[in-house]
Amino acid sequence: MRHLMNPLDFTVEELDSLFDLATDIEHNMEKYAYACQGKKLATCFYEPSTRTRLSFESAMLNLGGSVIGFSDAGSSSASKGESVSDTIRVISCFADICAMRHPKEGAPMVAASKSSIPVINAGDGGHQHPTQTLTDLLTIRSLSGKLENFTIGLCGDLKFGRTVHSLINALVRYPNIRFIFISPEELKVPDYIIEMLKEKDIPFEEVIRLEDSMPHLDLLYMTRVQRERFFNEEDYIRLKDFYILNKEKMNLAKEHMLVLHPLPRVNEISVDVDEDPRAAYFKQVQYGVYVRMALILTLLEIQVDEEE
Amino acid sequence: MLNVGKIEEGFVLDHIEAGKSLSIYHHLQLDKLDCTVAIIKNAKSNKMGKKDILKVECDIDTLNLDVLAFIDHNITVNVIKDGDIVDKKELILPKEIRNIIRCRNPRCITSIEQELPHIFVLTDEQKEIYRCKYCEEKYDE
Repeated sequence: MRHLMNPLDFTVEELDSLFDLATDIEHNMEKYAYACQGKKLATCFYEPSTRTRLSFESAMLNLGGSVIGFSDAGSSSASKGESVSDTIRVISCFADICAMRHPKEGAPMVAASKSSIPVINAGDGGHQHPTQTLTDLLTIRSLSGKLENFTIGLCGDLKFGRTVHSLINALVRYPNIRFIFISPEELKVPDYIIEMLKEKDIPFEEVIRLEDSMPHLDLLYMTRVQRERFFNEEDYIRLKDFYILNKEKMNLAKEHMLVLHPLPRVNEISVDVDEDPRAAYFKQVQYGVYVRMALILTLLEIQVDEEE
Repeated sequence: MLNVGKIEEGFVLDHIEAGKSLSIYHHLQLDKLDCTVAIIKNAKSNKMGKKDILKVECDIDTLNLDVLAFIDHNITVNVIKDGDIVDKKELILPKEIRNIIRCRNPRCITSIEQELPHIFVLTDEQKEIYRCKYCEEKYDE
């Protein structure tokens, strides 16, 4: 039995198979409509995350399965002081697979160690959110046709953003990828990532202004720059416009550059970019459902045969 | 000059950084053993200037010395049997440390989960980096 705790739990080859399955699901939804009939997904969300929970639930319903669960700790036994280890033993009797979100880092790993059903980490504090990374990779692979030979710009809060760190760690396993990190001084990529890139001899640049790197990018991964991350208001006001993607900045980009964003978007991408064919962030949400469907099938070891 | 007698069977932990012997005493859980222990602090050392020494009279199989490498791999471990040094143990960094150090990350599941062992895993042997098995936070002294 396998679990998913970290995007690197799967080898590149295993990810290829997972993405092949997700792509087949995308093009042949009806083939998978009863694949999980009689199976139940438990969504154990100790903190609210409506988007991720609904994506998991939608994935299971698309597979013909059903869904049980809770959406905040207050409505679970955690409010009575039950441990994660005990909760998962109980949930194992109710469901066939579990997606767990928890504010404490490592909680899904503790659950996995006591569980008799596969556990998917649906986000644990600032630590990991592997299905977001799988979503990002599938989106890139599906829309650009490859997971190699490109320059990716990561823009915004690169210091605290766990999705950015996970994505970098996942992408360094593919050949010929160049990174451009676009962020204010205060929100630069942590040193341990820079050290890792140097060790692996992977090319990267760190820049402050988004405009400067736009023409070089094949992919732009936007994240939000939050006001509270700045040391003073003056710097925030001075820098915030650097990190807002709008039509003018898009005019500097390559014709086929893709724009990704883990969402929710607040104001870092102007709505006038939404209609641009290069804006991929809403398609990304759809790929998130496909990849979660593929993940549920893979962890439940359900094979769907070709129709006769 | 202070004289501490020879031991018949047990360990002499030599070249302990001065001042660290008590912390090693606790890490090895010597307080839980019913045996003779000599803690020598600030002994003169040609190599180190000052050093600590621990002498433990016990069955040589009773102590798990893996943790010593984690604390300080420059410690010399002399194994004593019948009053003589029969072996000098080489200290190798343990791959995993269980319930010796605690994760200090307040966001880690170890901060709330009942009776969860604190486990650290050696993630970089060269830089001697240990990370919490659950939250992957680096251990800093």
